[in-house]
This record gives sequence, structure tokens and C-alpha cells, in this order.
Amino acid sequence: MAEIPKEEYILPTTSACAGCSSSLCLRYILKASGPDTVLVIPACCTSVIQGMYPRTAVNVPVYNIAFAAAAACASGMSAAFRALGKKTNVIVYAGDGGTVDIGLQSLSGAFERETDFLYLCYDNEAYGNTGMQRSGATPVGARTTTTPAGKAHSRKDIEQIVEAHRPPYLATACSAYPTDLFSKVKKALTLPGSTFIHILAPCPTGWKFPPGKTIEMGKLAVKTGMWVLYEREYGKLAISAPSKAAMATPLPLADYLSPQGRFKGITPDQVQELEREIAARRERLLREAA
Amino acid sequence: MHTIATGNRGVAEAVREAKPGVVAAYPITPQTEIVELIAQYVAQGTMQATYIPVESEHSAMAACIGASATGIRTFTATSSQGLLYMHEMLHWAAGARLPIVMANVNRAVAPPWNVWADHTDALSQRDTGWLQVYVATAQEAYDTMLMAFRIAEHEDVLLPVMVNLDGFILSHTMQPLETTPAGDFIPPLSLPHAIDIKDPAAYSPLTGPEYYFGFRWEIERSMRDARQVIREVEEAFAGKFGRRYGPVEEYRTEDAEVVIVAMGTLGREAQVAVDRLRQEGIPAGAVRLRWFRPFARPDLAGREVVVIDRDYSFGFGGVLAHSLRATTPCNPYSVIAGLGGQEVTYADIAQFVRQRKPGEEFWFGVESHGDV
Repeated sequence: MAEIPKEEYILPTTSACAGCSSSLCLRYILKASGPDTVLVIPACCTSVIQGMYPRTAVNVPVYNIAFAAAAACASGMSAAFRALGKKTNVIVYAGDGGTVDIGLQSLSGAFERETDFLYLCYDNEAYGNTGMQRSGATPVGARTTTTPAGKAHSRKDIEQIVEAHRPPYLATACSAYPTDLFSKVKKALTLPGSTFIHILAPCPTGWKFPPGKTIEMGKLAVKTGMWVLYEREYGKLAISAPSKAAMATPLPLADYLSPQGRFKGITPDQVQELEREIAARRERLLREAA
Repeated sequence: MHTIATGNRGVAEAVREAKPGVVAAYPITPQTEIVELIAQYVAQGTMQATYIPVESEHSAMAACIGASATGIRTFTATSSQGLLYMHEMLHWAAGARLPIVMANVNRAVAPPWNVWADHTDALSQRDTGWLQVYVATAQEAYDTMLMAFRIAEHEDVLLPVMVNLDGFILSHTMQPLETTPAGDFIPPLSLPHAIDIKDPAAYSPLTGPEYYFGFRWEIERSMRDARQVIREVEEAFAGKFGRRYGPVEEYRTEDAEVVIVAMGTLGREAQVAVDRLRQEGIPAGAVRLRWFRPFARPDLAGREVVVIDRDYSFGFGGVLAHSLRATTPCNPYSVIAGLGGQEVTYADIAQFVRQRKPGEEFWFGVESHGDV
């Protein structure tokens, strides 16, 4: 198991909600990256979590940028650091809205140009910062403030969209498995070009479960197969250990759905749709990993 | 070196002399020649910049912001729809106090599609915190580009600068151009707030009502300070290269009783009209306004004023006409002419002066005006 450094880059003064998984993820990400790192952050929960001027809870430079612009900003920053002979890690830390919706174009452009950076999407499956409106990453059947009767559409598969750009490294992670996230960030930063990690970040405030159950909810997502942990290095797929076990004997999906207030009122058809999504992804990933 | 070149080439040659570290740009007519030339210079190795061929203008400015934040010199160029698409990031660049320099080739805004000269694109960005200057010749484009980097990067300014040149009329017209090695005219960039991993900071974080206005005031304070910096840099340029510029270019104004005010190439065309009017015994002069932000504020007191706007603010009037009304005692005859590349000759401009009616607005080419 990887040795986790003791240095802390997230100071104990964030303005995150109780039970927030995003600030937990960022803590491990910065332990993996070390201090020679700039975080590029579009509008997202971390815009708030980092603290208000004149204070900051993050002990590496944080460059805040407009919602649609994170990957493009990182493109310029990475090019400039390299031109100045610096190896500084440029890491985008963006929510799902800033990644799969409004930031998708700049993400695609940066990956096509093989920008030397790491793009991290922490996915709480809605616009959390503005009070849980639906995003392109919200699963079907989930209630948000703009889908009060449950979302009618399935979520976008951002991993396959990014995969179509043939990045050297693409992985998934989850806040409930911080050492797995740590190792993946470490690996991504050793590889040149554009790398991507999609992190499931359960949100007690938005998903409506008790703040003490954030880790449990992440584990249930993996154990039910709703979230699969894997990594793809130069195209070669490897399922990560926690998901290998879960994919052999998955827990019932209801174990994940029923503790969450956002899935109250999900229809049997929508549950079936989620199950079909899970099965199709499982089949595809196992086939490719074989 | 004496050569002939388009306005676009004048811009590109000056950018090569200014040695930016990063250029991020997206092509749009009639700016394309600028980015094509820079891409060629980089490919040939005659320019050491990293050229980032971004996927949109929004990303072009975002990439310039990310690059500039590290303390490296950056440049981009755009036009019309591209400038409008950048709008959000124009505010960001100025708010983040980044000395990015941009050439904007002035072009009309759609719909309907029109690729010809018009100032509405740049004037609709007037409140973004960018310095704006309008040029009229290829030589002036070249010279102003060199000055723009020095002005933007000056410690009393640290704001982005937009150099505007009229689409096709200037961007694509071959004119004499003298290129000169810039030497030490543009000092190395020393950005006081460049990202420093040894001194981590949060840039542009959430800022409450008790602090926000202070940052806005700092922009305005620098805009005001920029007037003096512009004067100094234009003076230094004249000393080194022998060509003198100012906030405005005056032509035969000393004894003029009626003054034509315009920006860009129309301001040059107006000078020809002045010669013709003087032959008729009309004591005319011309003021070509170069710096729109900070606003040049020409002294027009005691003179009749004819303003030509190649732009319009709907429900209000010509942007330049109203800017003059607000800043100098005058009651201009406001002429709206040249929109979308509409041809305006010196003969037309002379006629605007002959038919002037102080306080009225006239749309060139429109049959019936009704009341303002």
C-alpha cells in the first residue's frame, strides 16, 4: 500500500458542508501531488470550500477561473510553466457541471492538444454549489431542485467521452477509497500529456443522507456496481481491487438507492434503467479488462 | 527595414518583436492572417513562443489568462463574434490584473452576417476594464502593438490592452511599413502577483461586499494612471523610433471652427475631407481619437463638432458622439456611417460637415430618420 505523506495542504478551516467528500478528496490529491502544484478551479463547490478572501484553506496556489474555462486556463498555464522550464503540476479540480456540461468544450480541446495536465472531476451528480440543480451527470430518477419529479434522462458517460481522446491515463476513483485515489493521482502525474480521473463524491446535503454516512455511501456505490473503480493506462484497462470483488458478487442496487432521499419516488422503470446501465458498463469493462 | 505590408502583417511583425512566451488564438475573418503569420514564425523558429491553437475564443482568452498568471508575456488576436464570445474572459483578464495584449480586427456583429469594418464589436466591450486604442495605418498598428505591451505591463497599469484596427480597410490593405528591432523598448515582464509555489495564494477567490469594491476601484485607479503611462511610453517611442503618437491625432485644428471627430481609418479619411473643405473656405479640422479607454477627452470647447460613429448603441445613439457629449462641452452633429463596411469617402465626410445641424443625428444612407 502506498505511503501517504503526513504533510497537509488543506488547512482545517474549509467552509465545506458537514460530511463533504470533496474536501476529503482534495486532501489526498494534494498529498499525492506535493507542493509544486497549482490547482485550477472553475465555479464549483470548491470555489466556496477554499474559503473567502483574504483567507484561504488551501496551501498550494489556487487559480480560480470562470465556469467553462478550467481546461483552457490550464492549457495556457501548463504551456507557460513548461516554457519557463518549470515542472509544476497543473491540476484542474472541477465539479461535474463544470466538466460534463459547461466545461466540456474546453476539456475536449485541451485533451485533443495533449495539454500536459491532470484533470480531476469530482462528481456529486448535480450543481451542488448552487443548491443541487440537475447536471448532465445526475442519474436517472434522482430528484434535484430542477427535477422535482426525478430526472427523466440517463447521465452522460463522461469517461467514454474522454476515452475518445485517447489520453495516456484515465481512471475512476471514489472518496470512500482515498488510498486508491492517492495512488491514481500519483500515477497520473508521472505520465506526460492529458490525464483524467473521475471521482465519485457523495454529497450528504444534496443526496439527502446523514453526513456521517459519506464513506458508507461511496462504498455502497462501488459494492452495488453503480460506480466502478478502474484505470486505463495507454488504453489498457485494469479493474481496481474494490470493484473486482464487487463485480463478482454485487450488492442489490436498492442498498444504495434507499438510504438516499434523492431517490425517493424513483419509478420501477427508472430502477430498471439504472440496472441496465450497470449491467452494460460491467459487461463492457470486464470484456475490455479480459 | 522598409517594406510594404497589410495591417495584419504589421501586427504580427510587432508581436514577433515583442517576444511573447505564449500565444493562444482561434481564427476568424478578417484576423486570420495575424494568427497564420504567428503560427508560421513559431514553426520556422523565428519566434520562440508556444502557440496554442485553442478550440474557441473563450478558451483563447482563458489560456492567455492561465499563461499570463505565471508571469509570462501573452498575446491573442480576434474579431467581431470572437470578441463577443470572449466577453466573460475579457472581464476576467482585467479583474485578474493580467497585462494580456490583444489585436482586435474590427468587424460588424451578426446577424446578418457581415465581415466588414465596424466598431460595435470593440465598443460593446468598453466596460470590461481593457485599455482600448484604435489605429489607422499599418505603421501605426505596428508601433502601437509595441507600445501596448509596455503600457499593459507597466507597474502602474497591469491591465490588458486591446489594439483595434479596421477590418479589410486596414487589416488587408498593403501599405508602407518600417519595422525596427524593438531592442530594450519593452522591458522584461515582472508581474508582481505571478503564481509562486513558494508563496501560495488563492487568486480571484470568493470576495465579500467589504472587499470587492476595493478591487474595482484599483482597476479604475490604474485606468487613470494609465493616461500618464501612455504619455510616457508614446514619448519614449518617439525618442527611440522617431514616430510620435498621442491620445488623439489632430489635423489642422489650430484655427478650425468645425472639427470632425472619428476613430480608426475614418479618422484618416476625415483629414482629406478637411483639405477639401478648406479649399471651399470652410475652416475645418480633424481629431482622430486613438485611446478610447482610458477615454482621450479631446478639448473641443468653442468649436462646432461633427462626430462619425462606425457603431451604434440602440436606443441611445453613437457611442463616440455620446462619449464626447459627456466629457467635453459640445453639441455634436452625430453621423452614423461606415457600419458593416459601408463605403464612406472623403467627399461624403465633407458633405457631412456642409450639412451639419448641431445636436442632430444623421444615419448615412438612410432615407428618413424621424425624431431622435
